[in-house]
Amino acid sequence: MTTTAPPPTAPPPHKAKTVTRPGDRIFSGLSRGSGIFVLVIMGAIALFLTIRAVSAISKDHANFFTTFEWNAALTPPQFGIAVLAYGTIVSAVIAMAIAVPIAVGIALFITHYAPRRLGDVIAYVIDLLAAVPSIIYGLWGALFLVPHLQGLNLWLNHYLGWTVIFHKSDPNSTPRSLFTVGILLAIMILPIITNVSREVIRQVPKMHEEAALALGATRWEVIRMSVLPFARSGIISASMLGLGRALGETMAVATVLSADSTLSAHLLDPGGGTFSQNIVAKFGEATNFGRDALIASGLVLFVITLLVNGAARLIIARRKEYSGANA
Amino acid sequence: MKLQRKSGMRALTVGAVAITGALVLTACGSDNNDSSDKTSSSPSGSASTSSNASSISCAKGQILSSGSTAQQNAIEAWVKNYQQACSGATINYKPSSSGQGIIDFNQGTDAFAGSDSPLAPDETASSKKVCSGGEGISIPMVGGPIAIGYNLPGVSNLVLDAKTLAKIFNSKITTWNDPAIKALNPGVNLPSTKIQSFHRQDDSGTTDNLTKYLGGADKADWPYPHAKAWAGKGGQAVAQSSGVASQVKQTEGAIGYFELSYATADQIPTVKINTGASAPVEASSANASQGIAQAKIVGTGSDLALDLSAAYTTKADNAYPIVLVTYEIACDKGNKSDTLPLTKSFLNYIASTDGQGQLASSGYAPLPDAIATKVRSTISALS
Repeated sequence: MTTTAPPPTAPPPHKAKTVTRPGDRIFSGLSRGSGIFVLVIMGAIALFLTIRAVSAISKDHANFFTTFEWNAALTPPQFGIAVLAYGTIVSAVIAMAIAVPIAVGIALFITHYAPRRLGDVIAYVIDLLAAVPSIIYGLWGALFLVPHLQGLNLWLNHYLGWTVIFHKSDPNSTPRSLFTVGILLAIMILPIITNVSREVIRQVPKMHEEAALALGATRWEVIRMSVLPFARSGIISASMLGLGRALGETMAVATVLSADSTLSAHLLDPGGGTFSQNIVAKFGEATNFGRDALIASGLVLFVITLLVNGAARLIIARRKEYSGANA
Repeated sequence: MKLQRKSGMRALTVGAVAITGALVLTACGSDNNDSSDKTSSSPSGSASTSSNASSISCAKGQILSSGSTAQQNAIEAWVKNYQQACSGATINYKPSSSGQGIIDFNQGTDAFAGSDSPLAPDETASSKKVCSGGEGISIPMVGGPIAIGYNLPGVSNLVLDAKTLAKIFNSKITTWNDPAIKALNPGVNLPSTKIQSFHRQDDSGTTDNLTKYLGGADKADWPYPHAKAWAGKGGQAVAQSSGVASQVKQTEGAIGYFELSYATADQIPTVKINTGASAPVEASSANASQGIAQAKIVGTGSDLALDLSAAYTTKADNAYPIVLVTYEIACDKGNKSDTLPLTKSFLNYIASTDGQGQLASSGYAPLPDAIATKVRSTISALS
């Protein structure tokens, strides 16, 4: 309707040269300030972590990277991150393996399959899932999920026990294991991956899909040939956001996991630990030195997160030709 | 038309979100009310205040304090009574952790700190900076038993001793019908259930005190040094005493340790300890006081640090051996002049017969008379 009238606010051609008004200057100053602020904050965090961490690691009487135990209160102190790094990465990988396919499935259902009303309802429910505090997830995990996963654990042990990772050494032990933590983390990161993927999938140009349909593609083929390639980099970004949360999740892990200093390939056995779980478990009673040692482990998590994000950026950069910006 | 329907839909969903949000908020709200009820004055307390008033000699002012979470409930009850009796007095106890309490005290923030263990030599040394002319001293105040809770349907009167406890928590004994347990429980039909032992995942003074007992009573079966972090083999780790209690409550064959109040609250049966006394000793406030009575004062000068090792091996009747004592840390000399009157008055009240008498109801144990007398004279001498 409105396209017939020329936009009245369009500037006349002869006024095209740049005019800077105070508002422009203030706004550009503000936005530049915000940008610099982020860098300063990141730098300050990194500096703080490094200074405290180096002073702690220099007093460590065990190899910081290969030691299993965390005994910063001993004299001489002996602590290492082997178990924590393993547990953090394994639980996050389990979470991603479960959450990403489901999240992409939900996003596709909302955008392509569900009736619009149902899709909206599901989207809101997913949003609500994101609003649940992590301690609530933790309590739910410890009081509901753990007892109810025993059956699944026994089933996995019975049929897939030969794969080593699904071997359960003591069938009676309650499943407060890295596997359970992974499932809980999967539920926790589901909303963020779903929401971002949904938005990305919505950005897929209708033309692409219609072209595929015109060529005789079925709905599944449309998704496979035009939607997924286009949305792939966005879905990877979404997954990385979720992975960040999974790597850093604290309270839910601390509530569910039966932490100890064993590093085991049997994912169903209770034990192990993660960086943030270890920090929350040790911080309360730690001395100043103990806190520095925990900060050192925090620094390792920081570095791991940076590496993961860097890797994700590389993947996205390689697939630039599909990204929405160039469409 | 279409537009209208959409906006109607949107309004509906916004409404739904608002309602859910409101529900969530009210849930939080009622939580807050709950906890503030505990700390703030409640009408039922006012009746007891009049009877307490005699033991409280009021001082005015405001003091900060922080530290051990183990004595949190005791301190909160005392603060409530004190503040009801004395208008113009504000005592703020922040339950952070023993370590944090001592750090706060040595930085001069706290008038007194709560701690699960007496000051270490280096902590005493650095306290001289805030106590001009004096040093920080440890005053035992809140004692208590560590209960060993278990979950064994059909068994209501389980007896264990230091040796079996050490072996259970170190995974040397793995089933409930182990001969060693049978020998301590003649005539009891013990199931062949596997033992699920639970310990604290987070560093804790409770773990420290339990492992002091295990190592102190049976060095052969508990070879580890006592520590706030769990050192035993096997078993499962749970965060917080409440977590251990709830796992023991819901897991058949479970055994775990926590303060007595958790056992009482969750109705978890507790193990009686065979100490060699004429009868196995139950975990109770009175029995814990008997156990603490065995302790020796090892602090020098006005410091009243206790050595509990005699309690761990005691064979006295009705003396429960697995006990902990938490301390208040204050300067013997050189307390800040503006906080000294209130600190002294408050500590005097909590060490009084009246103050100590309130401990049993919340699962703590009052100090035995001999120690309490020394505590009172030490507090009176604070300057």
